[in-house]
Amino acid sequence: MDNLLEAHSVSKSFGNFKALNNVSIAVPKGSIFGLLGPNGAGKTTLIRIINQITIPDTGHVLLDGEPLKRHHIQNIGYLPEERGLYKSMKVGEQALYLAQLKGMDKAVAKKRLLDWFERLEIGDWWNKKIQELSKGMAQKIQFVVTVLHEPKLLIFDEPFSGFDPINANIIKDQILRLRDEGATVIFSTHRMESVEELCDHIALIHKSNKVLDGNLNAIKREYKTNTFEIGINAKNPTELQKTLSEKFIVSPAEFKSLNNELKLNIKLSEKETANQLLSYLTTQGELSHFVEVIPSANDIFIQTVKNN
Amino acid sequence: MNHLSLIIKREYLTKVRNKSFLVMTILSPLIMIALITVVAYLSQLNNSKERTIAILDDSGKVQQVFENTDNTKYIKLENLTLDNAKTIAAEQDYYGLLHISKFENIERAENGIEFYSDDSPSLSVITEIENKIEKRLTDLNLEQKGANVALIEASRIRIDINQENYTGEKTSKIDSFLKLGFGGVAGYLLFMFIIIYGNMIMRSVIEEKTSRIIEVIISSVKPIQLMLGKIIGTSLAGITQFVIWIILGGVMLTVVSAIFGIDVAAVKTPQQEMLQQAIENPDINMKVQSVMQSFYNLPIANLIIAFILFFICGYLLYSSLYAAIGAAVDNETDTQQFMLPILMPLILAVYVGMFTVIEDPHGTVSTVFSFIPFTSPVVMLMRIPFGVPIWQQILSLALLIGTFMFTVWFAAKIYRVGILMYGKKPSYKELLKWIKY
Repeated sequence: MDNLLEAHSVSKSFGNFKALNNVSIAVPKGSIFGLLGPNGAGKTTLIRIINQITIPDTGHVLLDGEPLKRHHIQNIGYLPEERGLYKSMKVGEQALYLAQLKGMDKAVAKKRLLDWFERLEIGDWWNKKIQELSKGMAQKIQFVVTVLHEPKLLIFDEPFSGFDPINANIIKDQILRLRDEGATVIFSTHRMESVEELCDHIALIHKSNKVLDGNLNAIKREYKTNTFEIGINAKNPTELQKTLSEKFIVSPAEFKSLNNELKLNIKLSEKETANQLLSYLTTQGELSHFVEVIPSANDIFIQTVKNN
Repeated sequence: MNHLSLIIKREYLTKVRNKSFLVMTILSPLIMIALITVVAYLSQLNNSKERTIAILDDSGKVQQVFENTDNTKYIKLENLTLDNAKTIAAEQDYYGLLHISKFENIERAENGIEFYSDDSPSLSVITEIENKIEKRLTDLNLEQKGANVALIEASRIRIDINQENYTGEKTSKIDSFLKLGFGGVAGYLLFMFIIIYGNMIMRSVIEEKTSRIIEVIISSVKPIQLMLGKIIGTSLAGITQFVIWIILGGVMLTVVSAIFGIDVAAVKTPQQEMLQQAIENPDINMKVQSVMQSFYNLPIANLIIAFILFFICGYLLYSSLYAAIGAAVDNETDTQQFMLPILMPLILAVYVGMFTVIEDPHGTVSTVFSFIPFTSPVVMLMRIPFGVPIWQQILSLALLIGTFMFTVWFAAKIYRVGILMYGKKPSYKELLKWIKY
């Protein structure tokens, strides 16, 4: 698969503090790429380097195979975490100004803006001042301004903060729609459930180093421990648990169910397969629950950060 | 460069449409005019108050010089004792009583002259009376010693030395006043402009930081473009405001003086009056002519070109520093520590201009300060009316432009890093570190 964006061994120091140490990432075309990491890991620095706000000390960034140049700014839409708008400017005027700064023609910008305002049902805001809007409303305007020039690459830093669930959903749908129309999205967040929902690739940055990256499903496969969560109405629960404990690594499981059955997490060794376990269990009672435990993005995040 | 014009346009329009800007633009000249009118009215009131002064001249030789004027009425008392005269003056509520005792020796007459009044009399009244008595007694003294006073008056000769430089240009005292006026106004204008609009730039940079829009903008344009756009846009708004002030002020002044019949030009400080007396001696025609002459004597073309260049460069130099300060801090209260180093050279320049340039426009101090970039705009503007060699002007301007480019580069560095820094109160050390980022 083609990569839209590649960062090669990027390093950046601020005085004695190393914000990024030899970080490389590759963002495939048409993907939603999650840039993850604890606070202060260096995500924002990397994003600023991609936006040419900060210049890297060493390393280089390619956009569509070309080294990053000034004119590429028109191909990038960036929604920073620290965002705001001119408070005393009118919504329409301000959106037009920001669009023109991205190199758009005024007439085209206006037409697209009106389309977007209609799509998000905010058409009557055109002549309002930002200070008359609520925070969530201003965020919507900000989102529109970010995507208006239809860039190839969209960078969202915590896009959902400040939105109520309904509006967060609207924005999420719009992000997916933009992806379907061909945009590539870099998505930086702490909210793992939205990573789970949206991202197909991730990179995890911790203490200035990249510690993990790749396709999310591949990573999950790598992180899964061959563990199965079971629920069984055994004829003899105590006996069964004892037998299982001798063969496998077993721990109690927690999940919701209607019956008071025996709930266990069973970790298989590499030699055994799920089928073997399943057929053994069916002989021991009525099986009500059999699921492979797939690590969540959250688990992977916490585990990786702790291990490093 | 398209970005730059967009930014300039936005900065200009937001500034000009801002409510407080509008209010200030309209209100400032109104307040100024109101103040001038009140002062003019009050001083007119003061002048037009009629005073009555009683004179008891026991010698009988002095009182004839006191003639009634518009403001002062002299009442000559006769055949009264001093005590009686005092009682009368107090009862009639006269402004004062002048008593001149009999004297034998004119040169000792002073001891017998007194002025009585309730409140301490105004300085100008006393000076006027003193002058009159002095003149009278001098004449009497001269006569007594056998001189012909009329002959002396007739033989008096007045001198107004014609000044000319070696190349034949004529100058005069009036020239010097005009030159001082020109230089002073130009220098002071620049000083005010820097302080008012430099602060405005700083505030608008801080506003961008507090509203957190800065990162959005910076992802589209270069920081230096944003900085220059802000400086130019704000300056244009400033020039607009200045022009409106001048026009509005002029119109209103004319209207007000027409309606209320107040002669604003009549507002005078004592110094101005003395100056006027000094100039008024030659006949009035001569005076107007020589003012016009002096005006044409000024190096007008040089003045205008130098004014524009030094004004722009000086202003840009300082405003880039203001922008850098705005970028370095989070809120206006944190700016204090950085303001002093900016204000110091500016104030120094004005002081050098006020004291040294007036004293000796081409002395060492004036010349040196007219080359140091941070003081040169103000000091050089004050020196130029007195004639500064072109090479000096060019050298000074070159130094100024060089420094200006350096400060813009420096400010842009701080700006680039500073606008993305939140929550830190930077020290000078920190700022130096930013340069290396």
